[in-house]
Amino acid sequence: MSKHFPLFVGASLAVALLATAGCNPPGARAAVAGDSSAAAKSYVPPGEKDEFYLFYSGGHSGQVYVAGLPSMRHISTIPVFAPYPATGYGFDQESKQMMGRFTWGDVHHPGLSQRGGKYDGRWLFVNDNANNRIARIDLRDFKTRQILGPIPNSSGNHGSSFVTENSEYVLVASRFSVPLPKGRYADPSAYKTEFNGMVSGIKVDPANGTMSVGWQVLTPPFNWDLGSTGKGPSSGWAFWTSYNSEMAHETLEANSTQGERDYAAIVNWRAAEQAVKEGKATMLDGVPVLDPAKVAGVIYFLPVPKSPHGIDTDPSGRWIAASGKLQPVTSVFDFEKIQKAIAAKAFDGDVRGIPVIKYEAVIEGEIPVGLGPLHTQYDGKGNAYTSLYVESAVAKWTLPPWNDEQKKNLNAVVTDKIPVHFNIGHLVVGGSDTKEPYGKYLVAMNKLSKGRHISVGPSQPESSQLIDISGQKMAMLYEAYTEPEPHFAQILKADAIAPIEVYPKAENQHPKAAWDASQTGVTRTGNKVEVKMVAIRSRFLPDKIEVKAGDEVTIHVTNVEQTTDMIHGLGIIEHDMNVVVDPGETKTVKFVAGKPGVYPFYCTNFCSALHQEMQGYLAVKP
Amino acid sequence: MTRTTSRVSAMHGILDRPVNRTGRILLLAATLLLLLGGTLPLWRISLVAPQYAEGLTLDMYAYQIVAGNKGQDLAEINTLNHYIGMKPIAQADFLEMKVLPFAIGIFALLALRSVVIGRIVTLVDLSVLFLYFGVFSLGSFAYRLYTYGHQLDPRAPMKIAPFMPVVMGSQQIANFVQTSLPLAGTICMTAFLVLLIAALVSSIRQARREVL
Repeated sequence: MSKHFPLFVGASLAVALLATAGCNPPGARAAVAGDSSAAAKSYVPPGEKDEFYLFYSGGHSGQVYVAGLPSMRHISTIPVFAPYPATGYGFDQESKQMMGRFTWGDVHHPGLSQRGGKYDGRWLFVNDNANNRIARIDLRDFKTRQILGPIPNSSGNHGSSFVTENSEYVLVASRFSVPLPKGRYADPSAYKTEFNGMVSGIKVDPANGTMSVGWQVLTPPFNWDLGSTGKGPSSGWAFWTSYNSEMAHETLEANSTQGERDYAAIVNWRAAEQAVKEGKATMLDGVPVLDPAKVAGVIYFLPVPKSPHGIDTDPSGRWIAASGKLQPVTSVFDFEKIQKAIAAKAFDGDVRGIPVIKYEAVIEGEIPVGLGPLHTQYDGKGNAYTSLYVESAVAKWTLPPWNDEQKKNLNAVVTDKIPVHFNIGHLVVGGSDTKEPYGKYLVAMNKLSKGRHISVGPSQPESSQLIDISGQKMAMLYEAYTEPEPHFAQILKADAIAPIEVYPKAENQHPKAAWDASQTGVTRTGNKVEVKMVAIRSRFLPDKIEVKAGDEVTIHVTNVEQTTDMIHGLGIIEHDMNVVVDPGETKTVKFVAGKPGVYPFYCTNFCSALHQEMQGYLAVKP
Repeated sequence: MTRTTSRVSAMHGILDRPVNRTGRILLLAATLLLLLGGTLPLWRISLVAPQYAEGLTLDMYAYQIVAGNKGQDLAEINTLNHYIGMKPIAQADFLEMKVLPFAIGIFALLALRSVVIGRIVTLVDLSVLFLYFGVFSLGSFAYRLYTYGHQLDPRAPMKIAPFMPVVMGSQQIANFVQTSLPLAGTICMTAFLVLLIAALVSSIRQARREVL
């Protein structure tokens, strides 16, 4: 053996190591770098405007984010369930009362109001998964105008906000079952017998959008997940998926995933409305509740592949795609077959008096879209787009009717796939839930953004990706980041609405509004001090308020400006108070004057050249 | 001497002649234009700045001020002007807006009188008076602008040198481009005078032919 042998072996090893050092493990793919020629397609030059609004749900931020498409630029945040000092939301009396005793919410699924199955641009409804509420944002001024709830007999408002064809209702289903009525105690081990879920019809006043709880339908304690409303042939119907039809109450991860199928609910909401009118409901916590075991024809169950998530009606209203996140298929059901099956009573028994529709009688096909399919959106041209959570991709496939060849091999209907980064949840195509989708763009809302942006430490934003769907092949255009955490979103054509930018003086109905110096003043009744104040460039009238320590102070501040973006704020030092008043608006704040001393107040929203000088004093006497 | 006397008497002869048919038609049209002009905006003052790209406008009528953006531009202009200590612009302060409609009425009546029983001399009177009225109004308008630009509150937050707002044309004032231009009403008024003179010329020509 040569004495050089060890040297030779050492050298060989070194070379081998060097050769492999730069290699990725098998399967690793380099982060896909965007094609810079795509930039022009999402570029909106300074001074030009976006074509669409994108209304993102803000998840547990409790808010709604507004971005423009195709630029993906964040334009504004609409506070809904959480205080937002930037616009003074949650500080003035009106918004405080609307928020009630809660300071956060969990916004999941925004739903635009519709008329005739198309967006009418009046309202945006959003749900609060956490505190069982639903809110209405008026698109005239992009302000939250009503928060309804907590909805009685409903817990975990995840399965909303699904708006019916003419905004008759916003439909809601409970994610978490609890003993009903709420406030009643039962041991969670008695889950199957003592707990119940609920589907609710939230009635919308067509004149002004005011919401009220219309009726409810009692369900077994499945965890209702996501839904959609019908149109065309499925008009008057609504659909929800569920998980945990095993009705497990602990370690759901394992106990609720044992069955091969879970149930979707097929709800005839028009029949429910009619049954309530006919007096077939029983009152529970002030709401007429239908028990489907006693009232037939209101709800049916449909088995769908295990632990489904999304169930989305196509623009024609005939095809319903449900995706089982633990199965690599999307199941397409034919609503015409569902109606025939109901008429022919093609049932596989019932669950607590609710008929279970035969799967085979209504399934059109199970499409092998990929791993972890969640939600499906439609472009109105016969294509469907399904998000693949596990696979981190979007699959494009063709809706039925299919030819014989396609039917034999449903792999063939999957026409394209594009990777997204990473773990996509919802996706949105403009108008997918209407009769006339806009198509054009798809926004993929990804749950993990890891490594896609310059590092911001352990708290990570979410990533959204803009995909061009106007061609045969999907094309990645742009990527943006949002605060946690968009779930679903809605896209609205910018020219579908014409929001006001100033509240006209003539419309101000506030009884304590002051428009000029002569209407301002400070009045005292006992230990209550009421101030009528004007905010105008660049002063407050009055700019001195004298009170005594412990006084309850109410300030009605009117921003008398009538020009766009001339917004004034009123921040009071060391009083945890900041209200922001839009042009033409009057807001009322109430607080207890603190310890003796002099507390400056000032305009918090930069208004004019003499904004710094816009200040005054709250003088608190001992 | 006789030549001069005869010339004067010839002129008097012509001035005493009635307004001819063409003149009457022109005069009637002129009266209608005058009345129309009284209802239309006479002058527009507009202010354009980067943050007011669409411009703030004031339209001056014979009897009112109409501000752009449903009237809000007046409040906005006054709010901005308070920084330099300019007196708020208020319609009530414009005495002209009470006098002008009355004056237009008088001119219309006089013109109508000439249509029916007018002699050439009345057209001369009308032309001279209306010209005077026009020049006086324009002068008064310019003086108003001068006053607004010169009577600045010394306690104003922003001190600027007194200035003359432009009456016709454009100029830069701080970050604003101020433009002031006549509108349809003024064109109608001018047309009134032009038609009046046309009626006068036509009548004189015909009278001369007839006298000679």
